[in-house]
Amino acid sequence: MQFCSLIKAAWTVFRKDLRCEFRTPLNFSILMIFAVTVLMVVSFAVGGIALDPTLLAALLWVMLFFTAMTGVARAYVQEEETGTALVLRLATDSAAIYIGKVLYSFVLLVGVAIVVVPLYLVLFSVAPAMPLALAATVVLGCLGIAVTGTTFSAIVAQVTAQGSLMTVLSFPVMLPLLWIAISTTSTAFAGSNLVALAPDLAFMFFYSGMTFVASLVLVEYL
Amino acid sequence: MAVRVVCHDLTKHFPPRTLFRGVSVTVEPHSLFAVTGRNGAGKTTLLKIIAGLVPSSCGSVHFSDGGRILSLGEIRQTIGMVAPDLALYDALSGLENLAFFAEVRGVAAAREQIAELLELVGLTKRRHDPVATYSSGMKQRLQYAHALLHTPSILILDEPTSNLDSAGAQVVYGIMQRQRQHGSVVYATNDAREVALADAILQLD
Repeated sequence: MQFCSLIKAAWTVFRKDLRCEFRTPLNFSILMIFAVTVLMVVSFAVGGIALDPTLLAALLWVMLFFTAMTGVARAYVQEEETGTALVLRLATDSAAIYIGKVLYSFVLLVGVAIVVVPLYLVLFSVAPAMPLALAATVVLGCLGIAVTGTTFSAIVAQVTAQGSLMTVLSFPVMLPLLWIAISTTSTAFAGSNLVALAPDLAFMFFYSGMTFVASLVLVEYL
Repeated sequence: MAVRVVCHDLTKHFPPRTLFRGVSVTVEPHSLFAVTGRNGAGKTTLLKIIAGLVPSSCGSVHFSDGGRILSLGEIRQTIGMVAPDLALYDALSGLENLAFFAEVRGVAAAREQIAELLELVGLTKRRHDPVATYSSGMKQRLQYAHALLHTPSILILDEPTSNLDSAGAQVVYGIMQRQRQHGSVVYATNDAREVALADAILQLD
């Protein structure tokens, strides 16, 4: 498939997924309910105790990771369950479908993060010293989770017990990303030199890029 | 395009069972090719192997046009398929479904083509309704419109009239005859009327 046709088809798949989501906002609702519930439970449990920035960052990313797993896993699974996966595969290239699904998952996660992260900052009384660095970390973290999560969603879509399998399989692969995300978020909370964060942000970007390229090759065989 | 489909020595195992073994057939251009056999003989699986949706355990399927073997991308543009386990998007309307697939396939003059196909399958009045509100027969009609959207050379039909009333069945027979003029139809059926339409028959045991 030519590059332009690939991108056009991917964009069309992305728009279709968004349109379906707006009609029956199932995935977004599940993600939001899960994220807000976890946030409230943790917030009440911690109850005003001043936490270390690293612990705060870890809590945020544990919450974002498990929230993502409940929603991103649906990217391919939903198509398999409703019987539309075969029709889609007949219509276009696997790579176009994958790119469209990554875009959709990314937008979904960023949408959740836009609501959840400010709420988290308010509930835990955190005033990040470097808000822009925090925003960049969250966006790059969401990108990495979307890319990797969508790949594993494509893998587990063919089997039963997808939800738990998805988390078990993807966690080791996402561990480096989460590790760096926690470290960068912690620094953004506490405040430091922005230049010192550049390598970590670059790592998160290249992690997504490398996973994306490897996944494009992989999805042809699924 | 006069596309010929050559299946060579196809075998499908679902361990410990072998569904079929050594199936070699050629679907000639401008023909209706029926696949018949008892339930569980592998008719649907054979159609999916031809469509490239399921891999065979052994053997190969080639699509050729005047001796030239078609690439995977060309094959995708060559095939239109209707089957009970294929579905369109319930959240979208019939028109939106067709517009989406036309765009993703890069169909030129899609608007006119969609209007014509909706008219052909009798869904013009319900085109703006969500597919979730369609009956199973209407969903199958929409599947025909979807399958014909890119003017495929090979139309693959699994139980072509299974959910349709007699008027719907007549529309399908018309589609099959029309398809024969510029391509071919491979279909799985046990309906005697549909078998009688075929130019060639494969009996799976």
